[in-house]
Order: sequence, then C-alpha cells, then structure tokens
Amino acid sequence: MASLFKIFASLRLTVVLLALSIVLVFVATLAQTQLGVWGVHQQYFHTFIVWKNIKGVSVPVFPGGYLVGGLLFVNLVTAHLQRFKLTWRKLGIHLAHAGVILLLLGELLSGLWQQEFQLKFNEGDTKNYAENSRDFELALIDTTSPGYNEVVAIPAALLEKGQPLPLTNSQGQALPFTVIPRAYYPNADIRGPAQQPPGELPGSRLATTGLGPQLSVTPLPFTYSDDELNLPVASVELMGKDHSFGTWLVSAYFYLAPKAFSPQTFTDDAGHSWQLDLRPVRDYEPFSLTLIKASHDIYPGSDIPKNFSSRVRLTSADGREDSEKLIYMNAPLRYNGMTFYQQQMDTPDYKSVLQVVRNPSWKLPYISCLMVAGGLLWQFGLSLVTFISRRKSSAAA
Amino acid sequence: MKRFIPHLVLGLGLLYLAFALFPAKPAGAFDLQAFGRLPVLMEGRLKPFDTVARTSLLLLQGRQAVVTPDGRTLTPDEWLLDMLFRGDQADHYQDIEIVHPDLLALLGFATEDGAGGKRFSAAQIIPKLDEIEKQDKLAGDTPENARNAFQHAVMTLSSHLSLYFGLRYSLTIPASSDFQADLATYQGGLTAGVAAVRAEQAGQPYDEKAANATLDAVKQFQAMADHGSVLAIPPAEDDPNRDNWRNAGNALLDGVKDRKLDPGVLAYAAMGHAWRAEDATVFNKLVGLNRATLMGKYGERIGKTDTEAAFNAAAPFYHGMVLYVAAFVLAVFSWLRWPDALGRAALWLTGLTWVLATGGILVRMWLEGRPPVTNLYSSALFIGWGAVALCLVLEVIYRDGIGSAAAGLIGFCTLLIAHHLALSGDTMEMMRAVLDSNFWLGTHVVVVTSGYAATYLAGFLALIYVVRGVFTRTLEPATATALTKMVYGIVCFATLFSFVGTVLGGIWADQSWGRFWGWDPKENGALIIVLWNALILHARWGGLVRQRGLMALAIFGNVVTSWSWFGVNMLSVGLHSYGFIDKTFWWLLAFVVSQLAFIALATSPAVKWRSGGRAETAPKQVRGGEPQPLPNAG
Repeated sequence: MASLFKIFASLRLTVVLLALSIVLVFVATLAQTQLGVWGVHQQYFHTFIVWKNIKGVSVPVFPGGYLVGGLLFVNLVTAHLQRFKLTWRKLGIHLAHAGVILLLLGELLSGLWQQEFQLKFNEGDTKNYAENSRDFELALIDTTSPGYNEVVAIPAALLEKGQPLPLTNSQGQALPFTVIPRAYYPNADIRGPAQQPPGELPGSRLATTGLGPQLSVTPLPFTYSDDELNLPVASVELMGKDHSFGTWLVSAYFYLAPKAFSPQTFTDDAGHSWQLDLRPVRDYEPFSLTLIKASHDIYPGSDIPKNFSSRVRLTSADGREDSEKLIYMNAPLRYNGMTFYQQQMDTPDYKSVLQVVRNPSWKLPYISCLMVAGGLLWQFGLSLVTFISRRKSSAAA
Repeated sequence: MKRFIPHLVLGLGLLYLAFALFPAKPAGAFDLQAFGRLPVLMEGRLKPFDTVARTSLLLLQGRQAVVTPDGRTLTPDEWLLDMLFRGDQADHYQDIEIVHPDLLALLGFATEDGAGGKRFSAAQIIPKLDEIEKQDKLAGDTPENARNAFQHAVMTLSSHLSLYFGLRYSLTIPASSDFQADLATYQGGLTAGVAAVRAEQAGQPYDEKAANATLDAVKQFQAMADHGSVLAIPPAEDDPNRDNWRNAGNALLDGVKDRKLDPGVLAYAAMGHAWRAEDATVFNKLVGLNRATLMGKYGERIGKTDTEAAFNAAAPFYHGMVLYVAAFVLAVFSWLRWPDALGRAALWLTGLTWVLATGGILVRMWLEGRPPVTNLYSSALFIGWGAVALCLVLEVIYRDGIGSAAAGLIGFCTLLIAHHLALSGDTMEMMRAVLDSNFWLGTHVVVVTSGYAATYLAGFLALIYVVRGVFTRTLEPATATALTKMVYGIVCFATLFSFVGTVLGGIWADQSWGRFWGWDPKENGALIIVLWNALILHARWGGLVRQRGLMALAIFGNVVTSWSWFGVNMLSVGLHSYGFIDKTFWWLLAFVVSQLAFIALATSPAVKWRSGGRAETAPKQVRGGEPQPLPNAG
C-alpha cells in the first residue's frame, strides 16, 4: 500500500503523465481536421479511453482526457499529502499546484455542467427561450386557444427507440392519441421529389399526410463538424382510440427554414387543432430579450468587420428588471447565471444570433490563474533572489 | 589598443545606423518622397502611397525593386506612379511572379520568358485572362481544404491581378493617354450631354453625339469605380462622414449629378499629366499643393502617414538583422580570443540593436494605436525583442558572450522570419471584430508571446551548449554549469509566462464566446508549450535528467514552440492540400529535423564530445521535488 502511494506521488509519474497529455493534445489537434472540435471533445478528452475503429473492431489505443487528467489529479494530491510542509519556501509551489488542481476540476465541471444554446432573433422579436443546437424534440402544440399554446414535447431520443408513446398534457390528462415512431434519422437531407440522388427514400413511404408525400429523404452520416448541423428527420404516426390520424414526416429543417415550409397541422376528434414540429430543445428563461437593433460595423473603405453588436431590452418575468443592454464583441451580457454572447449576424433567417451559455463553474479558471501565477512568481522570485545573493557572496569571496 | 575595440564597434554600429536610417533623398528632379507621403485610405486605414507601393510589390513579386525593359531600376514610388499614370508602360514591366509549373504551362509561358525565370508582365498575361478567370472559378468552387497546389496558385495569381488592376484603375482610365485632357473634354460637353440624355429619356429630340459622349465617359468612370482599389480622393466637402474616402471613379460619378468635377480627381489628373510629360517642376508643385489641401483637414493623421513613409524608407528591422549578425560573430570570436574586449563589443552592439528594435516596435505601436503584437508579423518582431532582452540580462550577469551569441542568433532569425511574413501584405492590418480589443491584445497576446520568446531562448542556449560541447573544446565545466543555470532559469520564466498567457487566452475566450477552453488548435498549441516546460522542470526536480538531458529537452522546446507558432496555422487550411505544399511547411519541417539532430547530438556519449566528459558536473540527485535545481550552485 505504501509503495503504491509512493508510485502515485512520484515525480516520475508526473513526467510520464505530462508526456502522455502532450501526445494526447497533439494527436487530438491533428484529429480536429477530420472530426471537428466537438467530435474531438467526445472521442479524445471527455472520455477515459481513446478508441480506434480498426477493421470494424473498436480497439483502445490511448488513455483519454479523463484518465490522464484524473491520474494527474491523483498524482498532484498524493504528492502534496506526502510532502506537504508549510514553509515560506514551499508556499509558492503549493499555491501553484493547488491552482492547477482547481483548473483540472474546473475543466471537469465545465465538461459536466456547461450547457450551450443559441438565441436567434430579428429586430423587434422577443424571446424567452434559447435553443439547443444538438438536441431535438418533437413538439405537439395545441393551438386551439387563441391566447396561449399547450405544448407536449418528446425528446428525440425517445423517437429513436421506436416504442409507442402515450402522452399526457400539463394537467396530467391523457392526450386523445398515441405517438408511434415509425422511423428516425439523426441526420438527413430533405429534397423535392424531382431530385433523386442514390440512397434516398421517397416521402410517400414515410408519410401519408402533410408535407411528407411530396418530398424525399436522404439519410446522411451524423456529423461532428463545428460548422454543420445534424438535421434529424422522423416519421411518426398519430393513433387515436380506434383510428389513425395519419403518418407525418417531420424534419428539423422545416422548423429552421420557416419561410420555405408551412406548419403541419391536424384536428383531433374533440376538435382541437394541433401542430407538429421537430425542433431544437428549448431552455425557457424567467426573462425575455427583445432585439432592438443589430449593427454590423466595418472599417472605412474595406469590408473588414470591426464590430457586431445587438441592442436588446431585458425584461424579467417578475418585473424587477426592465432595461436596455448592449451585447457586442468581447462584452457579453451576464444575467441570471446565463451569459449571452454575440455569435453571428445576418444569417439567412435571423438578423442576430446570440450564443447562450450556462456554466456555474465559469469563475474557477480565473481563480486558478491567479493562484498559479502568484505561486510561480513567489517560487521563481525566491530562487532568483537566492541566486543573486549567492553570486554576490561568491563574487565578494 | 584592445580595450578600445568595444568603443570602435559601437561607433561603427552607430555610423552604420546613421547612414541607414536617414537615407539621402532619392536623386532626380521629381520629389518622390513628397509623393510617397501623400495619404490614401486602403484596407480600413489611412496610409501613405509609399506603403501601398511597397506592400503591392511584395505581394506581386516578393521584392521591392522593379527593373524596366530598358534596364532602369525603379523605386517603389516610381513604379506606383507609372502604375497609376503611365499604365501603358507599366504593363510591360515584369513584376508579377508565377512559379507553379502547371500554371506556367496553362498560360503557355516558359521560364525564360520571365524576368529571373519567374516574373511576367501584365502585357504577357492579359491575353490569357479568360483562361485564368475560368480556372479561378473552378478552384473557387472546390472546398478550401480540398484544393491542390495548382488551384492555390491560380487563386493567388487571380487575386494578384485584381490588386494589379485595382491600382491601374484607381486614378485614371487605364486606356487613356491623356486623362487630364479627357476630363476637360468631358466637362466641356457635360451640360449639353446631361441635357441630351434627359431629353432622350423623355422621348424628345436630342443631340445624339453629346448624349453618347457623356454616357461613354460615365461608363468608363463606372469601370474605375468598380475596380479602383486606392481611395485617394478625400470625402466631398459636404459629406459629414470624414472617413468616406473614394476612388477617382466614385468621386467622378458623385459629380455627374451636379455637373462638377471633384477637385481631388483633377489634382491627381494634373499630377499624372506632369508625370507623363516628365515635367518635374509642375509635378512637385502639384504634390505640394495637394499636400497643403489635405493638411488643412487631416493634419494630425498626416503626421502619422509621414512617419510611416519615413519608417518604410528607414527599414530599421532590415538593418537590425545586419547588426545582429555582427554581434553574433563578435560573441563567437570572444570564445576564441580576447574574451573581455570582444565580449564587451558584442554586448554593446547587441544593446544598440535591441534599442533600435525597441524604437521600431514603438513606432509601429504608435502608428497602429495598438499593443505590440497584432498579427504573425509583429509576433516575430516581439519574440525576437523579448528573447534579446532576456539575453541582455543574462549577458550582464555572466559576461561570457553566451547571452550576446544567443541574442544575435535569435534576433537575426526572428527578423528574417518577419521579413518573409511581410510578403503577405500590409503588416499593419486592421483587427477583425473579436480581436479588436487592446486590453486582451495587450495582456494575453503579449504574455503568451513572451512565453514563446523564453522557450525559444532556452532552446537556443541549449543549442549553444551542444555545439560548443560536441564540436569545440570551449565548454569548460564552469561554462557548462553557467549555461545549465541559464537554461533552467529561462525555463522557469517560460513556464510562468506561457501558463499565465495561455490561461489569459482562455479567459479572453470566456469573455468573447463563453468558453474558457475549447480545445481549438491554437489553444492546444499553447497548452503543449506549458506542459512541455512543466515537464522539463519536473524531470529536473526529479533528477530524471542532468545537464545534457536538460539541454535535449530544452531543444525540443524549439520544436514545440514552432508547432504552436506556425504549425497549427497550417491545420486550419487543411492538412492535405495547402499545408503540405506551402513553403512555410517545408521550412518548419527542416527546422524540426535539425532540432532532432541536435537532440541526438546532445544525447551522444560524453566521450565523443570534443569538450569530453569534463563538461558534465557530478549529478546532484534532487529528491522529493525539492525546488533546488541548480547543480553546484555558487
């Protein structure tokens, strides 16, 4: 036991782990040209083992970020348990290493807690939700009441399983129909029937009503790229007590390009009107943002962008906050644990796109940076002072 | 006698700089300097014609000198004047570089058709424009990371041709032989012409000749407006936007409605007339008048463009390269002979060159209104500056020539790299949106670049250790110990700066798009430097390496830093096409291989070293992570 402790606390292990992390980071950087940043997160860093697919078999090839980072963490902690001495000489080293521990913890927590969304709007729009661009849901929207909509949302993961889904509304009453997922494609292209690339499925096989029969579906590989979206497509049948309301084709593409596709609707036996949308999962906020003005400044006599900014009105649901804010490059808006950054501007459908991040651990790197910088300064400063005084004394001798 | 060598060297250095930095006015009757200082707006900032001339030539042909078919050598300003006003001649200057063999074959050029085997004239290229346009479109339709070397060459040529014709269309109609006279004719017929066009539009009888003359002229102005790239005409008197500079075409179009000719356009047309007529007196007078007019409205900003033109001519970084080489040579000789005198001379010369580089960087900062590092070019300047500053400190402490030698070597290398980076265009470009933050440029970028500088310095000091140890007998135990202490100290410095710089980068990322750490290639590159420096320190503290091992690790720091500085930039354009054919890539590869060779030397058995095993002092095993790494300190 003691010898195991010694191994874990050894500097030799530190050096080996540092070398391993350098190789991991380097290889992951190269892999990004293929996988994109997000794919690299999943396959190299937020994992214990890096797997490689060799002739159809997954083979572990290298320790992943969690393993190397975790071992470094253990190494640091045990080394300090073993050698901790509270002296002025050692203070810098302790502080710097505590900072590194905090940094590793912060990265772990960010990986676990951080959520990212997008908020897209045009001038004049008010939104009280942000959208997740990686997770989707099937929304069944009861549009019968003029003042408000009743929404029942099914995560896309459930559609993928293919089991019939009996549903209840917010009052706990059963809906008058069951959703039966017939097919699900995590990423697929939607085309008109005139285009017939190989591998496409005619919409008439996936839908009996709505937009589907006039379209065709081409399944695509799931993408990890940073500048491409996965656009899922599902075929769902709505089954009433004794008869089917039909099978619909739903695609995230319909939702994201509202100008090109009219909403798909039907009426149930009780006369309620329903709308079906396959849309990004929403994160509702207790406040809303209204886009007042979006500006895109360029340098004079050029097309080099100088600044992107959005002037917004922030209104909280409880009425305590109602004020104008300016979100621009390097100046995000932080409110209620969320941070809003200017991400894109003048996309085909929206004037301004904000990146929305919730990360409760965002302050950790700031603290750890101060600790490490302070610790190293202390340590190296002491060494320098010792060095100079020794030179002086040796010169005097 | 010997003791005056340092004074002599310093005096010579100063004399050299005095001549170099304040060059005599170019001979000839034309006041080219005054023309070169006139301000124009381009790529988002006011800059002198001189900068336009130099950066255009560097982009087009990788050098600033142009030789005409009749054998005259033109200064950049003379070349630009010919481009703007005497295009019929300028089209025959061989000043557009094409090297890709497939592209040459496509155009039907043999290397002997071009100056220096690679530079061709617009007159040679113009008959092939259709083919170039076709190939450019094909290449443009190919995704960026799937383009091959030929397609990159086509697109580069195409953009260089836009640059070329952008200049040609900026102030005159390229086909016109006397633009001033054309403008006079146009103005004379303008009232009648506009009346005729209006009558035609209203379906009334009209003077067809007058209408056509005006319409033809407007069509030509439209072409100038569409293609001209130099915005040399200041905003109209009544324009509230003082940044709304225009090319001559737009200024002429703006005047059609009020039947007025813009005075700025007329001034340049007259200047062009005098240049074509080789009338220096009138030319100089017109340049002076133009300057006086601009001075009234843009006085403060003209102070900057004047300085910039003078700065271009002084070329402090070029002269710095020469002096760094001299300092390096002096320092190396100090190890063989007269260590005191030559060592001191090398130190003084290094100090002088560093002051010169400091001045150069400060002038750039003032011109840009920015912290020192804004792009790859300025990072090269700053890495050199920072490393040399550390070298000076080491040299003042140790007085053994090592600091000066390392300074000369790194100073020269970084300025050489900067020189080559300047070939890609204006080195004072505008900062795009998210980068437009002096706070973060001043903190994160400066600190992380200092980390690069220190990591390189540790690596270069280690190179000196290995070369002296393996190939000479000059690596005495005392020298070896001193070098070890230097490398260790610099690695500590590098760890601190690269760590803080990298984390500040993460904080900037958190501030601008909400992610502290995104594992993107540039971040990863910086992280690897931090990890590598940490590895060196821990290996040292754990007693895993001694002197030569430390040196081998420090040399690998050069590889790691070069990867972060240049390597990752190649990833973003696709590893499969551009990166591997890019010249930079081969240089990087050659550098990496050379460093690996030095590491092999460093780890070769001590008995094979000419300085023998005597360099290595008895290892001091440091247990338990004691931060007491200095072998035989004191």
